[in-house]
Amino acid sequence: MSTQRQSVKDIVTAPAAGQAALLQALLAVQDASPENYVSEEAVNEIAHLLGISRSRVYSTASFYSVISLKPRGRHIVRVCINAPCENAGKQAVLAALEQELGVGLGCTTPDGRFTLEGVSCLGACYMSPAIKIDNQLYGDLTAEAAVAIIRRCREEENIGHTA
Amino acid sequence: MGTQLDSAKSVFRLGLFRDFPTLMHYRDFGGYQALAKALAGSPEAVIGDIGAAGLRGRGGAAFPTAAKLQMVRDNPPGERYVICNADEGEPGTFKDRFIMTHIPFQLLEGMTIAAYAVGAAQGFIYIRHEYPEAQETMRRAIAAARAAGLLGGDILGSGFSFDIEIFSGAGSYLCGEETALLSSIEGKKGRPRLKPPYPTQSGLWGRPTLINNVETLANIPPIVDRGPDWYRALGTADSHGTKLISLSGDVVRRGLYEVPFGTTFREIIGNCGGGVRQGRLKAVNIGGASGVVVPPWELDCPLEYSACGQHGITIGSGAVFVMDDSRSILENVRNRVDFFLHESCGKCTPCREGLRQAGRIIHRLLAGNAVLADIDNLERYTRTMQNAAFCGLGQAAGNSLISSLKYFRGEYEAMCRDRGEAAPKEATA
Repeated sequence: MSTQRQSVKDIVTAPAAGQAALLQALLAVQDASPENYVSEEAVNEIAHLLGISRSRVYSTASFYSVISLKPRGRHIVRVCINAPCENAGKQAVLAALEQELGVGLGCTTPDGRFTLEGVSCLGACYMSPAIKIDNQLYGDLTAEAAVAIIRRCREEENIGHTA
Repeated sequence: MGTQLDSAKSVFRLGLFRDFPTLMHYRDFGGYQALAKALAGSPEAVIGDIGAAGLRGRGGAAFPTAAKLQMVRDNPPGERYVICNADEGEPGTFKDRFIMTHIPFQLLEGMTIAAYAVGAAQGFIYIRHEYPEAQETMRRAIAAARAAGLLGGDILGSGFSFDIEIFSGAGSYLCGEETALLSSIEGKKGRPRLKPPYPTQSGLWGRPTLINNVETLANIPPIVDRGPDWYRALGTADSHGTKLISLSGDVVRRGLYEVPFGTTFREIIGNCGGGVRQGRLKAVNIGGASGVVVPPWELDCPLEYSACGQHGITIGSGAVFVMDDSRSILENVRNRVDFFLHESCGKCTPCREGLRQAGRIIHRLLAGNAVLADIDNLERYTRTMQNAAFCGLGQAAGNSLISSLKYFRGEYEAMCRDRGEAAPKEATA
């Protein structure tokens, strides 16, 4: 995910956006947001730049579960909730993550680092239970391994900030 | 992951392309010979080969691919599109992800041949948001193919031009339904449209559109390159070629396997998966969340369209999810129903409300608060969904419910408060 701030205008008018602009613009604007969401101002600007109504933008934005209209953490932790992962021990992994992060599904940690979400199948059923943190996939997890991954994420981010 | 077929009998040659998704590597093993051959001949010859091979759609509907190509080709001259459906959201399925991350050029070559057959100049690959690594690999593969003159203007000096754009999904299972996918690319909510008109006549932006699954398109280069006779010899008299199987659950070796049609489900679980990891085999879910739940005695059915149809088995995406005897059928069905309830777009009442009611009954059963009459209601709601839902996904949402009620009704009844009573009556507790 890009941590660089890109203006909504740059994204929406980029040549790559092409004809199929709205959903891709929403995704790109969200990816460029440090809080992983599409703000009201961004919705207004997308509507203005594409020449469509705000309600049209909201209609699309609210339909897709990946698009958030509320601020989220810098990192999204996605836990697969489908049957292959469920049977392979997802419940223990989820409980460990909830305890380590101190929040439940759908919530963001008070420090704004992590949002914990459920996701429908990551296509990693050969290594279930699986989770994804931002774009990184982790499989064959145990409760301990999941906690270790979160701690490593925190450390890496701390190192990044002091460097 | 997985074992491989002998590459002379394999469409995907998974072993050759383990970690080398480079164009050079793909061409070293005969890649893009099929495209050169196709471009040297007529589009009709390509459709003829695919028809003679008997290729059918691998996304779940098993529609004859050549017929679809012909329908798009038969439109009056004008702009038309090829779309690769890579919105692989069927839980338990990971074959398309594997094709995109390991043999991306076979998919691109297949799409380009299909575009030549139908006369399209622009293609899209709709890849689900959960697969950023597949999006990245496909972007790199498209850039490499363009640089080598295999995509873009005047491909291989033939005068034929075709280019491909990646389109990311945004977490909607329903967008795997072809008309919902079209709406999604057009920037709308991913809700299904009324058919007809079919996308082959009126698809993306109202233009004729060919929509095929990743695996289907990736089948095309080997058919064109090695010929329909070679392809037909791989399967059975009824179903030709091979199928990718995503094997998961309680087996020794989970993974992706390519098997010829005609292989039995018992062989897939035993030979590919190494059998059940511990305990005994209890049930197998075939075809993903929208597929069926069957008991062990149905597993001698061969993977074949006609035989599976007779046994009420949906091949679907080719997901095979194994459950041992420590698993609760009801818990697994609950997971499916919760999934569909979340993914239902809400457009039609049978799917939206049927799933809500089915969910209530399943949760009541699991809490020990249900009565036998609830099971009959559950069956009734499910049949209504299957018969009256607007799109294929709503119709298929009830498959796991109906099949589990057929084979494992005892488990439902055992959870009822009034079990064993002569006639169901109002409970007092």
